[in-house]
Amino acid sequence: MSIEARPPPPQFAARLQRALGGRAGWSGFVVQILFVAALVWIFYEIVANARTNLENQHITAGFGFLKNTAGFDVSQSLVPYSGSDTYTRVFLVGLLNTLLVSLIGIFFATLIGFLVALGRLSPNWLLSRISGGYVELVRNLPLLFQILFWYLAVLAALPGPRQSISLFSSFFLSNRGLIIPKPIGNPAFEPFVMAVAVAIAAAFLLWRYARRQLFQSGKLITIWPYVLGLLVGLPLVTALVFGAPVRFEFPELKGFNFAGGSRVIPEFVALTLALSTYTAAFIAEIVRAGILSVHKGQMEAGASLGLARGSVLRLIVIPQALRVILPPLTNQYLNLTKNSSLAVAIGYPDLVSVFAGTTLSQTGQAIEIIGITMGVYLLISLVTSAVMSFYGWRLGRSLEG
Amino acid sequence: MKRVSLVFTLALAAGLSTNAATAQTLKTVKDRGLLSCGVSQGLPGFSSPDDKGNWTGIDVDVCRAVATAIFDDPTKVKFVPLSAKDRFTALQSGEIDVLSRNTTWTLSRDTSLGANFTGVTYYDGQGFLVKKSLKVNSALELNSASVCVQTGTTTEQNLADYFKGNNMKYEVIAFGTADETVKAYESGRCDVFTSDVSQLYAERLKLSNPADHAVLPEVISKEPLGPMVRHGDDQWFDLVKWTLFAMVDAEELGVTQKNVGEMAKSDKPELKRAFGTDGNLGEQLGLTKDWFSRIVKAVGNYGESFDRNVGSGSKLGIARGLNQLWSKGGIQYAPPIR
Repeated sequence: MSIEARPPPPQFAARLQRALGGRAGWSGFVVQILFVAALVWIFYEIVANARTNLENQHITAGFGFLKNTAGFDVSQSLVPYSGSDTYTRVFLVGLLNTLLVSLIGIFFATLIGFLVALGRLSPNWLLSRISGGYVELVRNLPLLFQILFWYLAVLAALPGPRQSISLFSSFFLSNRGLIIPKPIGNPAFEPFVMAVAVAIAAAFLLWRYARRQLFQSGKLITIWPYVLGLLVGLPLVTALVFGAPVRFEFPELKGFNFAGGSRVIPEFVALTLALSTYTAAFIAEIVRAGILSVHKGQMEAGASLGLARGSVLRLIVIPQALRVILPPLTNQYLNLTKNSSLAVAIGYPDLVSVFAGTTLSQTGQAIEIIGITMGVYLLISLVTSAVMSFYGWRLGRSLEG
Repeated sequence: MKRVSLVFTLALAAGLSTNAATAQTLKTVKDRGLLSCGVSQGLPGFSSPDDKGNWTGIDVDVCRAVATAIFDDPTKVKFVPLSAKDRFTALQSGEIDVLSRNTTWTLSRDTSLGANFTGVTYYDGQGFLVKKSLKVNSALELNSASVCVQTGTTTEQNLADYFKGNNMKYEVIAFGTADETVKAYESGRCDVFTSDVSQLYAERLKLSNPADHAVLPEVISKEPLGPMVRHGDDQWFDLVKWTLFAMVDAEELGVTQKNVGEMAKSDKPELKRAFGTDGNLGEQLGLTKDWFSRIVKAVGNYGESFDRNVGSGSKLGIARGLNQLWSKGGIQYAPPIR
């Protein structure tokens, strides 16, 4: 008597069925198809309906307006811009301003957030109370109010340009912003940049080598004097050979304002300050929760190995805490980016202000412009999430490995 | 503000009230029992709520006149305060029936917004407000100045044109609402506040020390301000247009809020036509025969409305200037009622 081998189950079909229909099998698949079809139909109806209505009312539609001349000026622009550029350029200017304030905001929010969280967990009574007070105060006040506070109460209280607070007669702080000498590239600028790049690359390789030595043979090599020598020495040598890489254009009081120099406008400062301090309060709580989620034994183990408190945090606690911290931290980054659209209240030329504001009212093409703007915020958010997910995935891999 | 425009945009996209908008505005308004009128968020002289919450101003009078012509009751108006950038979307989406919000008549607005201007309530021009302590006497001395401006206005573009045309540099800071703009100007963020001259006078009153600020003599643009209605409903367009004309014609005919009762009995042919004792001109507009006397009784003639809101009888004290009747040296002119 022989036992017939049971034929293997149809792997591919089963897997497909599970993937498409979930637990409900093929009938679930049909439901999903119907659902997607309904969504597509609703979306189509909205677009078609809007199109007919616009046509009936003789409202100009389409994206042709993007090629028209904008005819208005903007106070801060990362790319060259003048009133005779097109609305497409305005869009770019607004987008870059939004990205600038978001990136710098995210950087400072993370920095302040981590510091406050560590402060709150610190055994020092005063430090932990101050950190706690900061969190409670800042996260419980509305953000718009804080932006207006920084703009109208703090920065507007600075003296006018003629009475600016000056440092070495080259840095000026007034209610028109911070004016600093502007570096202008000399012919020697390119070799200088190359030297810096080479120095950074060499320092990185050195660091990798030292790390490998440490892991493979346990040898601790002191590399910082070499790194310092590379980073300072190499650019210095090129500067000596080719001459000074930059010269400075100093600001000068002319008429109502300063002429020359670079300027950081107060709207940007107020918005960055408000966004980063506000978001930092939330990040601080997230980081604190993350650190507390790491078992106390990990810290004690680190201490018993003879590591200092800082090293225990850096090498043992924070890498484990990051797994808990990362998803809510991503949320905060997204919030900060979206909150930057409050900029219009203080006249910072972000995307919502110059594109969904001025451009919209000049062209009257609300549907197209609001559509583009929403699409852009969605895209920024998705990219941020993707980057954070990638970081989380790498982190997870390195912790397991 | 962003949320408001989003709501209007979505309403527009979904076409909630757009079909009603295309033809039968008068019927919709009558059925509703209220005129929905878009006004500013508070511009003294043009449209602003007083301490009891009643809206007053020359733009408000236009809406009240339209409401009176339809309902014989100047209070049957719902005022919808709108920011500069939300105003057109609110009109397009059918949220309001008339936009009477110090809006400049330009070619592109007349053609691309799906809306039409019905006339000119106020002939304005753009000017500059500066602190007297700066000792500036002309706009041509404003090279390198920082300028505060409200976003979503024709002002922003005129400003760019003017400084470019005169080879002057400047820094522009644009805010969402008039209040934010004035606050920034007052705090010293800008040297100059630019807007329509009438608005400069109105906003100057709100400053803590109005006497420290002066309006420069240059007027750098033409800003004819007028009411707007949606494209495609000619009956409604005519009605709003002739309501304003009725106010101007009343002044020319010498009909005032006080003497309207006596004048109605006059047997002058042009008065008889206006008051509907001869012919049915009011009915041709879709109104009643006594539309003209209703309007004058409720808000007075154009000159009375002007004096009460922005002219000699108001805090603003603006001279009639261009807004004087054509027969008295101005350019306010209405076609005849006949």
